[in-house]
Order: sequence, then C-alpha cells, then structure tokens
Amino acid sequence: MNMFNTQITIAGVTFKNPVMTASGTFGSGMEYSEFVDLNSLGAVVTKGVANVPWEGNPTPRVQETYGGMLNAIGLQNPGIDVFIERDIPFLRQYDTRIIVNVCGRSASDYVEVVEKLADQPVDMLEINVSCPNVKHGGIAFGQDPKCLFDITKEIKAKARQPIIMKLSPNVTDIAEMAKAAEAAGSDAISLINTITGMKIDIHKRTFALANKTGGLSGPAIKPVAVRMVYQAANAVKIPVIGMGGIANAEDAIEFMLAGATGIAVGAMNFVNPYTMAEVVKGIEAYMHRYHIENISDIIGTVK
Amino acid sequence: MEQKRKETAVVYKQQEIATEIYDMWITTSLAAQAKPGQFISVYTHDKSALLPRPISICETDRENGRLRIVYRVAGKGTAEFSRYKAGRHIDILGTLGNGFPLEKAKGKKVFLMGGGIGIPPMLELAKAIANNAGNEGQAASVDIIVGYRDKELFLAEDLSQYGKVHIATEDGSAGTKGNVMDAIAAEGLEADVIFACGPMPMLRAIKKYATEKGMEAYISLEERMACGVGACLGCVVKTREVDHHSHVNNARICTDGPVYAAQDVEI
Repeated sequence: MNMFNTQITIAGVTFKNPVMTASGTFGSGMEYSEFVDLNSLGAVVTKGVANVPWEGNPTPRVQETYGGMLNAIGLQNPGIDVFIERDIPFLRQYDTRIIVNVCGRSASDYVEVVEKLADQPVDMLEINVSCPNVKHGGIAFGQDPKCLFDITKEIKAKARQPIIMKLSPNVTDIAEMAKAAEAAGSDAISLINTITGMKIDIHKRTFALANKTGGLSGPAIKPVAVRMVYQAANAVKIPVIGMGGIANAEDAIEFMLAGATGIAVGAMNFVNPYTMAEVVKGIEAYMHRYHIENISDIIGTVK
Repeated sequence: MEQKRKETAVVYKQQEIATEIYDMWITTSLAAQAKPGQFISVYTHDKSALLPRPISICETDRENGRLRIVYRVAGKGTAEFSRYKAGRHIDILGTLGNGFPLEKAKGKKVFLMGGGIGIPPMLELAKAIANNAGNEGQAASVDIIVGYRDKELFLAEDLSQYGKVHIATEDGSAGTKGNVMDAIAAEGLEADVIFACGPMPMLRAIKKYATEKGMEAYISLEERMACGVGACLGCVVKTREVDHHSHVNNARICTDGPVYAAQDVEI
C-alpha cells in the first residue's frame, strides 16, 4: 500500500499519478514498453492521429541543439482507423489512462477523428492545435485566440470524452490563449508544445532540417515552459498539464508548484528511456522528504 | 532473450587507426546479443549534447563480452568519445536495428561492399559469413570491396582474414583509383548477392548496378536519429510499398532497418 497519495484528477478523470508521456515522443507506448512498465504511468498520451494517414516531412527531421533538439516530423501517423484497430487495444492491456492526441488540417479533420473516437475506450482527447511543423496543421488555430475559441467550441460539441486543448508557446500572450480555450468549453489545457526554431549547417551552408524550421524541445526550453504554465494556470480555472524539458522529478515538481495538475515527459524519453519511471519514483521520494500526503496539495502553491 | 536496454559499458581500449578514425573496444553485456549490421547508440558525458550517437557494431567478441566500434570524429559527441581512455564508463543503448540477412549468403557468390565509415560493419558480417554463423550454409565465395579516400586503409587487414579484399581509393594511392564500383569494373568481379554500407551516392550506385544485373542487394542506411527505438519517427526512409507499421511509404531506419533490400527503398 502506498503511503502517499499521488492521485490527481482532471475533468473528472482520476490518474494514479501526474506523470504522462508528451505526445509524439512515445508512439502509442509499444516501443518504450521494453523499457518502462506502462502500468506505472499516470497516462499515455499518444502520438497525434489524423483522419487519414499522413506521410510527414522529408528527412532530416531531427537535429540536436545545445541542451535540446529540433524536430520537424510533420505529424506522420497511420490514420485513425489503424489507430483504433491496433493502438487502442494495445494500450488497453495496461492499467493506465489513455489520452489520444488528435491532429488535423481543418476543423472537419479534427471532428472526423473525434467522432470516430466517440465509442472508443479512451479517457481523454488532447487536441493538437499547435504543431509548428505542418502547414495548416492547426498552428493557425493555436496562434489566434478567436480561431482557438471557434475550433475548441466545434470540437467540444462533438467530443464524447473530455478535451484538452494543447497550446502553442509561439504566441505573445499565453494567458489570453488559455482563457479562449476555457471560454469555449475546453476541459483542460496542456502546454507547451515546441518552440519554433532553426538550425543552419555552416559546413554545407544549408538548413539542418529539411523543413527549414522545427520545434525546439528538451531541457533548453524548460524555464520558458514553467513561466507559461504559471501564467496560464493563473489565468484559468480548468486544470493545466505542464510540459517542456522535464528530465526528472525535480522538474516535474517545479511545474506542479507553478500550477500544473499533470505533467508530461517528452524529449527526455529519447535521451533516457527510463526517465518516466524515474520521475514517478522521484515524486514519491519528494513527498516522503517533505511529508506531503497528497501530491495534489502542492499544485499551484507558488504564487 | 534479446532485449533493448541502456547500460553502462566500460572502455577496454581505444586507438586512432586512421586520421580521425577511432577504434574502440568496450566491455558490455550487449555483446551477447549483437548481430552483424546492428548498431548501438552511444551517449556523451557532455549533458548539453542530449541525443545518443548511433554507431554501427564493427566486431563482436562474445567470449569476453566486448563490442568493437570504429567511428569517424564528426562533431562534438564523437570528439568526446575519441578522448576516452581504457576504464572510462560509457552509456550505451542497444542492440538496435535488424542486422544483415545472413541466410541470403548461403551458397552464393557474395560482395561485401563498404565505403569510408561504412566499412566497419562489414567486418563482423564478413566474419559471420566466413564462420557460417547462422548455420545457413557456406557462401560460395566472398569478395570484399572497400573504398577509401586515400591510402589510410583502416580495417583492410582485419577484413582480409575472411575474404579477398579489393581496394579503391579516391586519390588512387592504393588499389583502383575511384570508388567501389570502379574497383568491381576494373577487376572484373562478379557476384550473386551484395551486402553494403556506405555513403548515399555509393548505395544508389549499388542499387542501380544490382537492378541492372538482376541481383539481390542489402544496404545499410543511416539518418539523423533521436530515440533509436522506433518511437519518434525521426529517421525514416521512403519505401516502395506502404510500410506495415506506419501505413504510409515511410519505414523507420532504427527499427525496421538499418538494412533493407535495395529495391524496397526509394533512395
């Protein structure tokens, strides 16, 4: 029996702990199940899935940067039909929550996926309106509060499961975006998606990524993410899932103190495939050290 | 039995065997499961360099639990590795990738072709074919064709234990002047099946040659990688047919490859 209560609740869904995978860094859990016991995770947030298969961008799709990495995968995915047939049954074998990340190029793309998921045994939907690597890949929705409001409202009307709007950091005022998602009925928000960046190969005198720009992730972006989670959490009443460079339990705690109810590990899965398990254990160690009975008690306590 | 894992290996020995080419033996439990054509990902101690470096396995010493990697210094990660002395701890992830299909060598006349830093994986492959490692039956003959920039012929002597070595150099300082295709032509070599690793122009030339001759060719590809285990979809190659996993015309080099039948990939 666990002495410490690591449970958290988001939109009526309880999670055994706040630790989730960040979409796009963990597939649908299959590849990392060799390294991490998926039963130990609060949730698996899947790689973004669209209404039809997407090819993604040309290579090179990834590049290392100082303390981080750039990616421009372009949301390659097998489409919702394969996902429902293969990935959901795989995840259902485990005692963890399933959050499906949904991507699209138009409002009707998102709605089609959301409707196909209506009768599926998944716990929540995360709506990716913030991928920087796909032209018209929803980024337009995620960078304008009016567009964000409209798409959120449209998706919320069709979604059977609670929805989480995933916000872009590539905006001037994150609080305004958080408020727009909340006003349109989003059940929660998650942030940050990657920060748009660029790298140039000085020897070849070309862009290092075929897509020219990519999304920056990893420890290099963590202070930006903590700041934005703090600002968003203080602007809305709905729960916030925080992510951006989390490498260990200390980072996870930092996000929770800033206002995140749940946290997600992204790029660091690539660096250390055992990161998720270490974060789960480390949070318990922190609770032990500071005699914290309920992890939810620390959420947003640094004001 | 074979399981991917991250573990701390120990440098057994290291030396520079050609300009900026390093030859490192490491002691690791992963030696027990390594197959020819697989690779490991190697982590730097410098924490500003997050992603592990994928490096092909050059040779396996199962008895002593050691792997040999031979790599070129190409950036700050490999520069760091090149400074390691015996006894240094080194984190690695492995063993990764599918490896070469040894059974395709059975009863065949085989070309093993390596270009530049694509030469190292040919060594363990040559050894496995020579020792009939898969018990699939002996190859009829093994010609090893290797291309270098100049007369720094790293690994050529090691390779000569397992087959006849034919050399090409870009500057003509040893063997045939030119590339591996020039060496084949100049020496009038023939085979039934090709196993190859090297730069993309070489692999394209091999694919074209194999197609014209109606031969099978198995080529090892490389690409920028992040996770190395098939999750991030960073290192894909275009495929002729829709891939069984991705459901688009992309396969993951780290897990579905790095070795592909040449006709299956669009390179």
